[in-house]
Amino acid sequence: MTKHTDTIPETRRRMLGAGSLTISMVGAICFCIILFWVVIALVGPWLAPYPIGKIVSMDVFTSPSRDYLLGTDYLGRDMLSRIILGARYTVGVSIAAAFIACTIGVALGMISAVLGGWFDTIVSRGIDALIAIPHLMFGLVIIAAIGSSLPVLVGTLAFLYFPGSFRIARALAVNINELDFVQVAKARGEGFFYTVREEILPNMIGPVLADFGLRFVFIVLLLSGLSFLGLGVQPPNADWGALVRENVSGLAYGAPAVIMPSLAIASLTISVNLAIDNLPRRLRDRLP
Amino acid sequence: MTELVEVKNLRVIARSDSGRETPIVHDIRFTVPRGKVVALIGESGSGKTTIALSLMGYARSGCRITSGSVRIGEREILSLSEAEKAKIRGRNVSYIAQSAAAAFNPARTIMSQVVESAMIHKLMPKAEAEAKAVELFRALALPDPEGVGSRYPHQVSGGQLQRLAAAMALISEPELVIFDEPTTALDVTTQIEVLRSFKSVIRERNTTGVYVSHDLAVVAQIADHIIVLRNGSIQESAPTEQILANAHSPYTRSLLAAANPAVHAQAAPPAEKAEDVPLLEVEGLVAGYGKPGPDGLPNVTVLNDVGLSLQPGTNLGVIGESGCGKSTLARVIAGLLPAAGGRVKFRGETLAGSVADRSKDQLRNIQIVFQMADTALNPTRSVAQILGRPLTFYHDVKGAERTRRVRQLLDLVHLPANMAERLPGELSGGQKQRVNLARALAAEPALILCDEVTSALDTVVAAAILDLLAELRRELKLSYLFISHDLSTVRAICDDVMVLYAGRKVEAGSGASMRAAPLHPYSDLLVSSIPELRTGWLDGLDKKAAEADGGIAAVLARADRCPFVSRCPVRKPGVCDVLEPPVRHLSKGSDILCHLEERELLALGVGA
Repeated sequence: MTKHTDTIPETRRRMLGAGSLTISMVGAICFCIILFWVVIALVGPWLAPYPIGKIVSMDVFTSPSRDYLLGTDYLGRDMLSRIILGARYTVGVSIAAAFIACTIGVALGMISAVLGGWFDTIVSRGIDALIAIPHLMFGLVIIAAIGSSLPVLVGTLAFLYFPGSFRIARALAVNINELDFVQVAKARGEGFFYTVREEILPNMIGPVLADFGLRFVFIVLLLSGLSFLGLGVQPPNADWGALVRENVSGLAYGAPAVIMPSLAIASLTISVNLAIDNLPRRLRDRLP
Repeated sequence: MTELVEVKNLRVIARSDSGRETPIVHDIRFTVPRGKVVALIGESGSGKTTIALSLMGYARSGCRITSGSVRIGEREILSLSEAEKAKIRGRNVSYIAQSAAAAFNPARTIMSQVVESAMIHKLMPKAEAEAKAVELFRALALPDPEGVGSRYPHQVSGGQLQRLAAAMALISEPELVIFDEPTTALDVTTQIEVLRSFKSVIRERNTTGVYVSHDLAVVAQIADHIIVLRNGSIQESAPTEQILANAHSPYTRSLLAAANPAVHAQAAPPAEKAEDVPLLEVEGLVAGYGKPGPDGLPNVTVLNDVGLSLQPGTNLGVIGESGCGKSTLARVIAGLLPAAGGRVKFRGETLAGSVADRSKDQLRNIQIVFQMADTALNPTRSVAQILGRPLTFYHDVKGAERTRRVRQLLDLVHLPANMAERLPGELSGGQKQRVNLARALAAEPALILCDEVTSALDTVVAAAILDLLAELRRELKLSYLFISHDLSTVRAICDDVMVLYAGRKVEAGSGASMRAAPLHPYSDLLVSSIPELRTGWLDGLDKKAAEADGGIAAVLARADRCPFVSRCPVRKPGVCDVLEPPVRHLSKGSDILCHLEERELLALGVGA
């Protein structure tokens, strides 16, 4: 009896592992930065000192001052407010698109790997064809044809990035599918969805999470690129990429209006990247 | 100074993820005299490879040699700089790894890799090194010594590659050669040839060696002195004869006992054999991989016309070397690979080819247990979940009842109940294999297909698993189809034995008949290849078994001759290589696939 009770905490300690789940210093800082931007995106409207489109100053491209902490933009709007409200678009659109892309990619990848045969061949070749088209160009064509709106942006970005997710998920699942415990499940007579959900998915979750992070970074960069070209979020709203474009003429004066949104993009993408690199080893290395 | 190597107070520590340091070997002290071979023996985790690597001043990543001294000749290895160590490695001390396939670069020819260490250390001109390599190939009894160097690693067999790895190690005439389990990954029939050539080279060149192995019988043939290790320290160190005849430490004695597994087969209740309907019947099975060709055979035929019959409560052992189709047979019976021809019947009912078309009850009655316990358990699910799933799936057991049954199952395989909360990564190899068995038992099957269940385990652990299998069979009235490459394991647990070669059944009979002459020439080769636990067994071996180890691929799927003809020591030219052999019934009670008649085999002494 005592034996039983005192082994459970021991096991739990090992599973949560004092050593195995420790996060490095860099990882912790990066997580904080990501968390910071997510919170900003969520509570932005209540935080921003001024409305997004309001011209608050006669001076353009001013330096930071007491009234305008990050200065003003090319029209004299408050830069801090615009960055805070822009976080919504950049973080929100990117997370939504990355989530949709990974869900579709991973689901399709696992189904292809387990079913094999002609289904796998058709899906794989079709997706290879999609990968062959340059992302930015394809994105430009779709948005130019349909017109830019939030759902179109999210859909386009997800569509552009799910093939990569599919490739990675399929490669992982093909390996896991050959392992003996999956064969045992099949010999037991388990159904297709049980096998995929319980035997395969949990064993690829580490690499899939890492892939999600990378895809999120690519999407942030592509969204910023599209906005920079004027096809992203439309004025007076603006995501960070659009903010850079609007204020690009201020670069000559070293205005914070162009530097700050660039820093915001850089801090978010670099943090996500480093956070993935510094994921707890136990999670990251859980490869087949 | 007669001692070439002297190791004193060696201590190596490993650092875990959390930064905790644990010694993995400690207080190691031994010497290796010039011209002698010292064996390091122990189970996995005993530190034998760690010690062998420290002789080159090397510690694997995460490990560190903290104290002690390793002297080779006049040099103190541990005090050398990295550059000086690099000069010694491959020149003064060389290393033969367990997996020769991984030790060779597949993109370069064998010769360029064999002479590489001589080139790196600038010992001799290339032409001289190549001539020397050919000489070594000849000494190692490799076929075609002049031509083999120009081939690529995938073009030679595993046994040949291991001998080529030895040539690679010996080219620089090192003072010390480290053999790290060089024959463990090989089949018994191949192992014997590799051992024989190693031994002749060692003797001829008066090589000083350290031989790492877990197999006492192998070591007994090669080593002069044996050091028994356990948990990183020396248990016993004595000359080979003394260890075999008069071991002092209880651990050495348990190793010796495990090398000869107790025979359980006789415990079978013969009364049940009276039943008419066999539990499992396989008729004319043809199976393979790839698309079926115009003749209805698959692209690569792995099993050809295999039949067997298994009575309830009895065990059938299937043996053969790797690639003979034994695992494919298990996969076909389990429904993982639909057969191309033939039938599988269970209790008289013909089973559908694939899992999807079989009834739940049929699936429940046949369970499969795989060799690699590591990959057979889902690493993300706890033992309780792994064992609970078949209970829920087949018997619809849930909640508290399920927890109770999981505990019962753990008890059945002699694991403590608190294992239920662990993940597979937290179990040892033997414990994993027990969980693996318990999962099969959860279904309450009539037949368990055991695919090499003990092959990946240490001898002591394997012997315990065999005992467990025998016990479970008595208690639960199970039948096993026991697949192995190891005849002694099969003989320990099986009533009947079937020998497969290149996808054909070459001999089938009772376990006892495998001990009586005559045998099929291939069975004879298998029987005589099992190392015996005594010194001098290898030297005393009849040379008849020493036929070239032929490529198995060449003889697959040729219906017009005996599959074994290229390796058979008693083949009759003009008969065996042009006609398909008939099935002959021998008076001892077994059937063999051979052109030779019983009296001919007896006269030639096959199996005597």
